[in-house]
Amino acid sequence: MKKWSKQLTSPSAESYQEVTGKIISFLSITIIATLVITIIVFLTYQGIALFTQDHVKLIDFLTGQIWKPGQNLFGALPMIVTSLLVTLLAGIIALPLALVVAIAMSLILPQQVYKICQPIVELLVGIPSVVYGYVGLTVVIPFLQKMFGGTGFGILAAIVVLFLMVLPTMTSMTIDSLNAVPKSYRMASAGLGATRWQTISRIILPSAKGGILTAMIFGMARAFGEALAVQMVIGNTTVIPHGLTEPASTLTSVLTTGIGNTVMGTPANNALWSLALILLVLSLAFNLLIHLVNRKGAHHS
Amino acid sequence: MSPIKIDRIATIIILGFSALIGVLILSLLGYLLITGLPNISWHFITSQAESFSRGGGIRDQLFNSVYLLFLTMLVSVPLALCAAIYLSEYAPQNLFTNLIRLAMEVLSSLPSVVVGLFGYLVFVIQWGLDFSLLAGAMALTILNLPLLTRSCENALQQVPSLQRQAGLGLGMSQWRVTTKIVLPAALSGIMTGTILSAGRIFGEAAALIYTSGQSSSVISYSNWNPFSPTSFLHPLRPAETLAVHIWKVNNEGLVPDARAISNGAVVILLLTILFFNLLARFIAHRLSRRQGLIK
Repeated sequence: MKKWSKQLTSPSAESYQEVTGKIISFLSITIIATLVITIIVFLTYQGIALFTQDHVKLIDFLTGQIWKPGQNLFGALPMIVTSLLVTLLAGIIALPLALVVAIAMSLILPQQVYKICQPIVELLVGIPSVVYGYVGLTVVIPFLQKMFGGTGFGILAAIVVLFLMVLPTMTSMTIDSLNAVPKSYRMASAGLGATRWQTISRIILPSAKGGILTAMIFGMARAFGEALAVQMVIGNTTVIPHGLTEPASTLTSVLTTGIGNTVMGTPANNALWSLALILLVLSLAFNLLIHLVNRKGAHHS
Repeated sequence: MSPIKIDRIATIIILGFSALIGVLILSLLGYLLITGLPNISWHFITSQAESFSRGGGIRDQLFNSVYLLFLTMLVSVPLALCAAIYLSEYAPQNLFTNLIRLAMEVLSSLPSVVVGLFGYLVFVIQWGLDFSLLAGAMALTILNLPLLTRSCENALQQVPSLQRQAGLGLGMSQWRVTTKIVLPAALSGIMTGTILSAGRIFGEAAALIYTSGQSSSVISYSNWNPFSPTSFLHPLRPAETLAVHIWKVNNEGLVPDARAISNGAVVILLLTILFFNLLARFIAHRLSRRQGLIK
């Protein structure tokens, strides 16, 4: 009797196992969460050192136009402007073309063509950004040299490279959002006697609007955070650009070239970490934007 | 204009632009292949890189890329898988779970250069690892975790809940149900996700230039002791990967045949990515066929 009651009231092997499993999986998720917090805390701590230790005013940093770390002039505006400009233009050029290719692939061309093209798009999405930078260096820059003269290095080259880089990403995501529109919509529209273009422009595109917008912002976020491909072709001069063919610098390209050339703890180095913090904050802002678009899209449907 | 005419014009415009883009992209790929393939030889793959003279190969860089990928996967796959199990099997609907998902979102939106800088700050400087394979592998793990976790979670959730209920009905613990029933059923999906993420990691450079470094130490491939600094397995040696090498030879321009080296290296990178893609596709295809049989 005593033996039985002990057996019945003590936890079984199964429940011990359950506890172990729960601990293991909970531990992994905690590690990841801690990691995220550590990243944010460390980068913030390093990023504000310029303002707390070196007494540079935040407003001077954000609006100053001259970046000369050697003379203690830390104006980050040129890099912020160039980063946003390059991202925006690449996104604006890529969106209509990604849309056109996505419409052609998923709505116009026959299924067999889709089956061949889709893996190619997926492959292009996976191509490393260094390769895109190298394409910029060997193909885009000589081409721009011939067209506009000069060195070819500059904002326009960066835009072209980023455009090539985000186009597959945006196309692939747009295709997904077009495919997510229920087939019954298309059939209902066809049943009413609408032409294919009428169906696309008045039924499918409005229903997939949220997804397409998400694709565009996602692509732009990727372009915004891209470092090496841009650094290879933009020319790397830290001035406010006055034309598209002029060399400039983005947040990421200054970070790539600068971190190795400065000593930890110096104002010049702290300023770079502040740039990294700006990059982090703006990337999070892009992410927030995607969320807002998605929520609005969900709200509508 | 009649709707039919408009439809025809719109179709022509759409197809025209698509063809233009297709030709552009394919010709770029073709250009890379045509200029790169002649540079690939046995000598190119198996000889050391030269710093200032012609004829350097990419042996160490290629090995470093593969080894770094291996180290990264060694850490990130178990971690991501366990995290995915928690999110898919255990996570209750509460504030904590939502915060975890938010943290994942934040992690996935970090630009790779920011991850690299964090790795430099913490692993390289604070922990004193210097530029090393280990620091690089940890930076890549950070980069890899959010996407890998998401694809593992998706794979786990594809398993019908009926199978879980059957296991629980037999008196199995939820952990045993997860490891013995759900995981085997989701294995193909998990593998597909892992291979695709491996392809992404293989070509990463921005997160590595300040973590695993831009130079390679002299290593010997006959020294199998991982604790010896000259061993090719030593995790604390600086290691330049293939993608970083492409960036460096173009950026510094010290090697006279930088163009030829990068042409060849780019093709090798592309072929590796292609291989990863095809492998993932093959596994996914087998998965769908097997599921077809069950139905």
